[in-house]
Amino acid sequence: MHYDTLIIGAGLSGLAAGIRCAYFDQRVCVLERHTTIGGLNSFYRLRGRNHDVGLHAVTNYASPGSKTGPLSKLLRQLRIRWDEFALCEQIGSSVVFPGVTLKFTNDFEYLREQVHSRFPLEKDRFERFHSHLLTFNELDLNQQAVSAREIVGSFLRDPLLIDMLFCPLMFYGSARPEDMDWNQFVVMYKSIFLEGFARPNRGVRPIMKALVRKYKDVGGELKLRSGVRRILVHQGRAAGVELEDGRQLTANRVLSSAGIVETLKLCANNREQGTIEANSLPAAGDVTFNEVIDILDISPQQLGHDQTIIFFSSSERFQYRKPQEPCDLQSGIICSPNNYRYTEPLEEGCIRLTALANHDFWLNLPEREYTAAKAEWADKIRETALELIPDYRAHILDTDTFTPHTIRRFTGHENGCVYGAPEKSLDGRTPIKELYICGTDQGFLGIVGAMLSGITMANNHCLNP
Amino acid sequence: MAPAEIRQVIIGILSKIAPDEDLSSLDDTKPFREQMELDSMDFLDIVMELRKAYRIQIPEEDYFHLGTMQSTVEYLTPLLKDA
Repeated sequence: MHYDTLIIGAGLSGLAAGIRCAYFDQRVCVLERHTTIGGLNSFYRLRGRNHDVGLHAVTNYASPGSKTGPLSKLLRQLRIRWDEFALCEQIGSSVVFPGVTLKFTNDFEYLREQVHSRFPLEKDRFERFHSHLLTFNELDLNQQAVSAREIVGSFLRDPLLIDMLFCPLMFYGSARPEDMDWNQFVVMYKSIFLEGFARPNRGVRPIMKALVRKYKDVGGELKLRSGVRRILVHQGRAAGVELEDGRQLTANRVLSSAGIVETLKLCANNREQGTIEANSLPAAGDVTFNEVIDILDISPQQLGHDQTIIFFSSSERFQYRKPQEPCDLQSGIICSPNNYRYTEPLEEGCIRLTALANHDFWLNLPEREYTAAKAEWADKIRETALELIPDYRAHILDTDTFTPHTIRRFTGHENGCVYGAPEKSLDGRTPIKELYICGTDQGFLGIVGAMLSGITMANNHCLNP
Repeated sequence: MAPAEIRQVIIGILSKIAPDEDLSSLDDTKPFREQMELDSMDFLDIVMELRKAYRIQIPEEDYFHLGTMQSTVEYLTPLLKDA
């Protein structure tokens, strides 16, 4: 079977790219290693409950009828109606550092007032910084990476304010320790502080299902349980793939959402020619997380907790990097999926706690120690969070925990890192002709970003080559 | 196709691109960009929808003809006369 485009990975970016290709009459196939769709964002069922893998919030919120912004753009491109995603807005979130709290909602004016009142000396500098940021075109795919710390530091002087602005943006998208690429900072700043958080009542499921339904409606082919063993490369050009079962599929081009390092490794397995040497691979990412998902017999609001997401650091200097210990207890995220403005409340309470994790520890842990270590660190992460929210431990019905080990198993990401490699390939090109990447390592972030990545790469490389 | 039919074709395409949009009040002499906030990705989609439905190729240097409904219909009339 010969295809116009083969897509590796049935996650948000791969399916979105597939919809574009199939809609415009290409013969396209999405290949997924696992038994179901989803990648970094997915869903699963455990002990009778539905869980989301990664979703805390859909960023880039836009209200129905909005004509501009990333969400509206992707709905148009995918020919999907706003109400298919059925997003409900957050109640309110905050960044909590020692002695200072910045609250924010989906109305930027609220955060602006908070910055002015908490950091009065920074007021004018913050306004100049904000105006500068708005003039920047983060969607230019031909730009070079520059340090966001340098640019933000050239406007703002108070290191506490700088770190408080960086904290949520890093937690929700930075593959780079301690710093971000400026364009990634701008993407995240706009998507979180200007556009804001929302969530469908049923989590990521309706989004994934709307995508796969659309993909099939427009004639796309989806092969589950079809892991790619290698990408076939002939004379420096991608020519198809070989699946784990030995079958070969040929194509005019291959679009991979597997990650840049992971994708190039699939090319390195070509005996006929060694275009990619193992030592020339880009560096894999280093930053990743543990997450504890507690299901409660009561809603967080009944316990007096109505914040949607809290990003916290118990030290003034926010450290975003691989910790020495198994998990970093100095900082974290507390997400309550119940705390959105739903028309119907969720059936059960839920608290999700996220902490930076050391991937070497979790990936090398002997299997017999793994379960106990997960429980031990879940307890410690929970205790840290309880300094900021009511003690809910008597109400826990069930707990699930994921670690870098889980992430590597289900996404194939090197080091089990969430946000992929630090060096992004914004234009999606690779050293191999007709091999492109989309998804995390292309560099658009979040759920909306992932879909836009697939759309943009399909438009630029598959439909109008 | 007659100009009136071509207009309907374009309305059909616009309603696919922006299903939540009310197109009944569209002003044929005003730019789509202003009325519907269409961007370059959307204009490319109009071109690709026309290619998909009628196999016509619109070169990039001609995209400026697609600014308003009126100019689009004028531009497409000779191209779609046998469609």
